[in-house]
Amino acid sequence: MKKVKSLADLKKMKEQLQSRIALREKSEHPDGIIQVKVAMATCGIASGAKDVMDFFITNLEKRNIDAIVSQTGCMGYCYAEPTIEVRLPGQDPVVYGFVDLKKADEIIEKYIKQGELVDGIIPVNYKTID
Amino acid sequence: MHILVCGGTGCHASASNQLLENLKEQVAEKDLAGEVQVIATGCFGFCEKGPIVKMIPDNTFYTQVTPEDAAEIVEEHVIKGRKVQKLLYRDPVRKEIISESKDMGFYKKQLRIALRNCGLIDPENIDEYLAADGYAALGKVLTEMKPEEATKVLIDSGLRGRGGGGFPAGVKWEIARRVQGDLKFVVCNADEGDPGAFMDRSILEGDPHSVIEAMIINGYCIGANYGLVYIRAEYPLAIERLKIALNQAREYGLLGDDILGTGFNFEIEIRYGAGAFVCGEETALIHSMEGHRGEPTFKPPFPAQSGYLGKPTNVNNVETFANIPVIFNKGAEWFASIGTEKSKGTKVFALAGKINNVGLIEVPMGTTLREVIFEIGGGIKDGKKFKAVQTGGPSGGCLTEKHLDTPIDFDNLVANGSMMGSGGMIVMDEDDCMVSVARFYLDFTVEESCGKCTPCRVGNKRLFELLETISKGKGTHNDLDKLRNLGEVIKDTSLCGLGQTSPNPVLSTMDNFWDEYLAHIDEHRCPAGQCKDLIKYEVVAENCVGCTACARNCPVNCIAGERKEVHFIDQSICIKCGACFDKCKFNAISVS
Ligand SMILES: Cc1cc2nc3c(=O)[nH]c(=O)nc-3n(C[C@H](O)[C@H](O)[C@H](O)COP(=O)(O)O)c2cc1C
Ligand code: SF4
Ligand code: SF4
Ligand code: SF4
Ligand code: FES
Repeated sequence: MKKVKSLADLKKMKEQLQSRIALREKSEHPDGIIQVKVAMATCGIASGAKDVMDFFITNLEKRNIDAIVSQTGCMGYCYAEPTIEVRLPGQDPVVYGFVDLKKADEIIEKYIKQGELVDGIIPVNYKTID
Repeated sequence: MHILVCGGTGCHASASNQLLENLKEQVAEKDLAGEVQVIATGCFGFCEKGPIVKMIPDNTFYTQVTPEDAAEIVEEHVIKGRKVQKLLYRDPVRKEIISESKDMGFYKKQLRIALRNCGLIDPENIDEYLAADGYAALGKVLTEMKPEEATKVLIDSGLRGRGGGGFPAGVKWEIARRVQGDLKFVVCNADEGDPGAFMDRSILEGDPHSVIEAMIINGYCIGANYGLVYIRAEYPLAIERLKIALNQAREYGLLGDDILGTGFNFEIEIRYGAGAFVCGEETALIHSMEGHRGEPTFKPPFPAQSGYLGKPTNVNNVETFANIPVIFNKGAEWFASIGTEKSKGTKVFALAGKINNVGLIEVPMGTTLREVIFEIGGGIKDGKKFKAVQTGGPSGGCLTEKHLDTPIDFDNLVANGSMMGSGGMIVMDEDDCMVSVARFYLDFTVEESCGKCTPCRVGNKRLFELLETISKGKGTHNDLDKLRNLGEVIKDTSLCGLGQTSPNPVLSTMDNFWDEYLAHIDEHRCPAGQCKDLIKYEVVAENCVGCTACARNCPVNCIAGERKEVHFIDQSICIKCGACFDKCKFNAISVS
């Protein structure tokens, strides 16, 4: 059975498939794009970082927000896991601690969409490896 | 996170498939399969330092990764977020570590159009090609454009054939379109005979769908329903990937009957060549596909008039095809804005020889040789001096110091006595003898000549013999005249492009390195110390400490001497292999 029967089919498929390689294409120009890094070392995973990361991946896409979601190593705030770092284009990164799904939703809606800071920020002054 | 692992021929040969398996296993073991994808891609062009692994999105570029490194990459980079230092690339000149490909001199000046998907997508998965805008050009052409309109786009883009001749692709399509014929063919030339080139192989391995897509567009434009890919049997990986891609395209309905519901039919078959250089010439290629001997015939008639089975046939090169889908996606104007006045777009080159970064690169037309050799190529190996660069393979010529700032395009290369060819670029340093270089290429031509016409069959053999005489120090000034005259005659009278270009390496080395030819003749001397008959290895008595290293390594046992005493070489037996010179740690062997 043919999968692509018309131009409309082709366009629909492309849209569905786009996210497969979007991360690779976007990473070529990371500075102009929202970046979310989820700390996924042992401590992070143990406290639910995987669910948080998956939540960001699916929901940012669903809500049509162009962003790079990736995991990173332990940021050194094991007491506050899961921690995530959000970097909006042209701004300094902000780290949030104790991120659960509810918090993640709030971060997307308030901070990422409108630039309003949300509770739970860990004051930091550090450089990540990349 | 995505982990991209190179699955090109070069990296494949150094166990990148095992590495891929190990990485997948490690990721699964750590229960990260949902967050981390491991993907095999096509060639990154940096094959010399392969296998290559690229981490996305932080763009870390790992080189020379072994299957055993998989655990460390997952444990350190993926989980702990620390780069694996020992796998990072070290700049060959400045010795500093560079962790991202975009900061490497090798990638900085590159612009990837034909190679756009190589090292980005999984070539064995059509979904990845679709995600990267694949078949969008086909969709647009089939549903929104008439054949003549689509052909016009290609004409306006200024794309010229990448197989060597540089003929405007759109114009060629237009000719084939206008020829009347009930049956027409599209042929993709994947013979790739130039000994230094491997871009066509890399494209077919890394992005086969782009070639398939372009061939279908070609068929629609000229009114052909059949395509043939002529590929050399020595390219098993490219053949395998092409077959997978053809099957997937058929399964998706993008190849076959009634493509995208437009009523247009197109089918593609693969034909195998035995790897003769001359079979890359289009008329020879067509005869070979018909089951005849792979010998060229006189043009006209051109393939567009009478090609495969005597039917109108359009032949284009792999790299030419790979450019085409992007031209339709981004527009002719976009493409025409890249490059020089008469050469648009980019060109892929296979950089090789005495250069730090060997590999496959793609640069805009108009980039200078200096940029390619010293910035992308990272300069000459071991800090030696640049001497010349051969472009165009056995059909081309050499360019020297004075050409370094010439912008590379089809016409400039020809004006300077060389040519673009398929994009081989072999860099030579002060240790290379230009008489030997010319002899090397002539040897290749003599071997590959099909023998059909006399100037090429006999003439090249004579050229080769003259060069041999000169490299033995037995040449005369008369021989130099003969080389030049005979060379001109062969160029003028040969039947096909092979013979018409075969004297180029001789003529251009004579033009640029006349003194070197004279040194061989008048002084019986090879300035680069390469011609065996003209050099002599001797022990420098003052420096020799009698360590016996040379004697132990001489393959013909012609070095005599007691321990701690000065050694001596018997010149009558010495085969000039240079082993003693390499082994002596005391500078006590001289070459003269
Ligand atoms: C001796 C000889 C060898 C050739 N080898 C190749 C080859 O390996 N690949 C190729 O694409 N074109 C080769 N060509 C050029 C083809 O004849 C033909 O011009 C080309 O395939 C047309 O495609 P293009 O216009 O896209 O470059 C060769 C030509 C000659 C004279
Ligand atoms: S020029 Fe050489 S390769 Fe070409 S037809 Fe003549 S003999 Fe054959
Ligand atoms: S290797 Fe050099 S130093 Fe040693 S015996 Fe030979 S010439 Fe002499
Ligand atoms: S050049 Fe080779 S054959 Fe000659 S003396 Fe040295 S090692 Fe022996
Ligand atoms: S084959 Fe891996 S970089 Fe070329």
